[in-house]
Amino acid sequence: MTDPKPIHPPAGAVESSACGGRREFLGTAVATVAMALTGCGKLSKEEFLQHNFRELSKDELQTIIARLEREYEEKYHKAVKVGNEPAMPGVIFGYALDLSRCIGCRRCVHACVKENNQSRDPQIQWIRVLEMDKEEGVNIQHAEQYYNPEEVPRESHFYMPVQCQQCKRPPCVKVCPVGATWKEKDGIVVVDYNWCIGCRYCMAACPYGARHFNWGEPHLESADVNPATHYLGNRPRAKGVVEKCTFCVQRTRNGLYPACVEICPTGSRKFGNLLDAKSEIRQVLETKRVFKFKEDLNTQPTFFYFYGV
Amino acid sequence: MVNLRNFKNFITDTVGLMTTGSRLYYAWVGFLLLLIAMGGIVYAGQMRDGLIVTNMRDQVSWGFYIGNFTFLVGVAAASIMLVIPAYIYDWGPIKEITILGEMLAITALIMCLGFVMVDIGRPDRFWHIMPLVGRLNWPSSLLAWDVIVLNLYLLLNWFVVTYLLFSAYLEKHYKKNLVLPLVLLSIPMAVSIHTVTAYLYNGLASRPFWNSAILAPRFLASAFCSGPAVLLILLQVLRRTTRLKITDEAIFKIAELMAYTMGFNLFLTAAESFKELYSGTEHMVYFQYLLFGIEKNGVHYNTLVPFAWASILTGFIAFLLFLIPKTRMNWTTLNIGCVLIYASVYIEKGMGLIIPGLTPDALGEIYVYRPSFTEVAVAAGIFSLGALVFTIMLKAAVPMMLGEFTISKGRKAIDSPEADSIKG
Repeated sequence: MTDPKPIHPPAGAVESSACGGRREFLGTAVATVAMALTGCGKLSKEEFLQHNFRELSKDELQTIIARLEREYEEKYHKAVKVGNEPAMPGVIFGYALDLSRCIGCRRCVHACVKENNQSRDPQIQWIRVLEMDKEEGVNIQHAEQYYNPEEVPRESHFYMPVQCQQCKRPPCVKVCPVGATWKEKDGIVVVDYNWCIGCRYCMAACPYGARHFNWGEPHLESADVNPATHYLGNRPRAKGVVEKCTFCVQRTRNGLYPACVEICPTGSRKFGNLLDAKSEIRQVLETKRVFKFKEDLNTQPTFFYFYGV
Repeated sequence: MVNLRNFKNFITDTVGLMTTGSRLYYAWVGFLLLLIAMGGIVYAGQMRDGLIVTNMRDQVSWGFYIGNFTFLVGVAAASIMLVIPAYIYDWGPIKEITILGEMLAITALIMCLGFVMVDIGRPDRFWHIMPLVGRLNWPSSLLAWDVIVLNLYLLLNWFVVTYLLFSAYLEKHYKKNLVLPLVLLSIPMAVSIHTVTAYLYNGLASRPFWNSAILAPRFLASAFCSGPAVLLILLQVLRRTTRLKITDEAIFKIAELMAYTMGFNLFLTAAESFKELYSGTEHMVYFQYLLFGIEKNGVHYNTLVPFAWASILTGFIAFLLFLIPKTRMNWTTLNIGCVLIYASVYIEKGMGLIIPGLTPDALGEIYVYRPSFTEVAVAAGIFSLGALVFTIMLKAAVPMMLGEFTISKGRKAIDSPEADSIKG
């Protein structure tokens, strides 16, 4: 195995590697001690010493991706591609959800789990659908997530799916002590699963319950693995780290809709480029009355709710 | 070079003092080691299976560990309750015992760091949070601030304690112009560790229970009740078991100061409760969960209610016991008061702070959290570690403070049974 850290950073290296010499030395020293202390025998030295995604040079990233793909293949017995497509220039993603159309069927929840390689046991779901009383309006103290009637929608109820609102001012990013989560140029808030320390401060900070923790070892059958993944998105996770909705970064950066948009049988879910005046999302924003969930917190979501009819 | 050799001797002798003692001392240390080992074994299980062995879940993502952490930051900050009367008001009787407060702070901080370590999902990545080597998100993240101030405070106290003892060991008077500025610095530092820890919760607009401007003042007020309560009991134990001179006057002075902080703490709690309950906005639901329980879909959720009222009641009784001079200067009622206020703050700043902050969760779900066996066992292990650290520090410090053990005195005697009158 070659060392993932080239001695001479290539010309294209990220700026922060300028101070890499001292940090690298200290990092190696600390890491060696830490490995001895925590007794993480299974952990490879490469994985242990790996730096934050945003500090990696192109070469380092390629080496890491090759390692991840090899590990996933060993674990799931099939080829898994780990992409790292960057944000497209001139694109900021926006999402709008039509509360008057949603019937609470939860197909989006399942499509999301299938697409994004969430742990099936224990179960992790990035979309939570709230069943609300029409009388109460949008009032989370009267919301029920575990509704289970014969048929949806239930009389006098409406449904409000909640997932990451991809805030312009994300409190989760602000509080992360190690910079393991950040907002990309296209507006998607992502997590570096190899840098997260699992302190869960972001979960306390998120007003939307959008962040989920791998409390146990995530279980995912080989047959269930979606092999088309993104480094910052749906690649299989390890225990002890936080994960969240990424607007299906592996799909949307390649011109596809998020899985939840594609599956929705009622067409409640609209998605597109906020910077493109002709996009469907812009049409919704211009012609419908939209609102943002928990607007008073000034998180400024790029996820909108509206009443289409 | 002489100094270095002396320091080496100092360290060797300190270790010598810590490792020799009476049967009772060995039994106590052995007992603590046993509990630490038990905590370690249970923690190894948590490392293997993940935090799923706790009862924390996405809804209540922090629990017993972080509750204990928060409480112990308060205990660490409380050592300045000794420093202020001793150094600001130059009050003699307490001056000789401030070092005990500093050792208590070191102990509490070690436990704090322990609780943070067992709470994080990837302890193998702890170096990510270290300044310079990792990628500390400072100044944006309050947790980054907390890492810095807690470690600085630990370092400061550790240095002062070591320096004072080393001076005593060399039979020299400590340099006042070195110690005084550091001790004075420890006052704003103590305030800062507690303020930053309060801000850690305070800054989260998503959790209205914590998002209150008087959270940091409440943290400080309650810390100055619980920390000194530990000290008061400890001082009484020490003056019985060692030859340390601790006057009644010193103890009563601390108790008097506590009466003020306890009154202030109750006042702040009342102010917070009034604002929440009288205005009765949707943010009241968390207070309601804590004090009265809430009903949802026909189920009444009231797990915290008895604890919340127990905390208020014990806090109030303790305040009365400390306020009335007659009960304050009676050893029995004083000690009852100490236990009551300790219990009150332990509930209030532990589970009483964390759980209602997160229940109902961000989407209105009520998840009833109770610590699992793992959490309790690991916490017991960490508290035992704290007790061990404090015991062995005292074991070495007391004879040095008394001048019974110095570079020229008592060094050979550590093996003889006479020196064993000092118990941890």
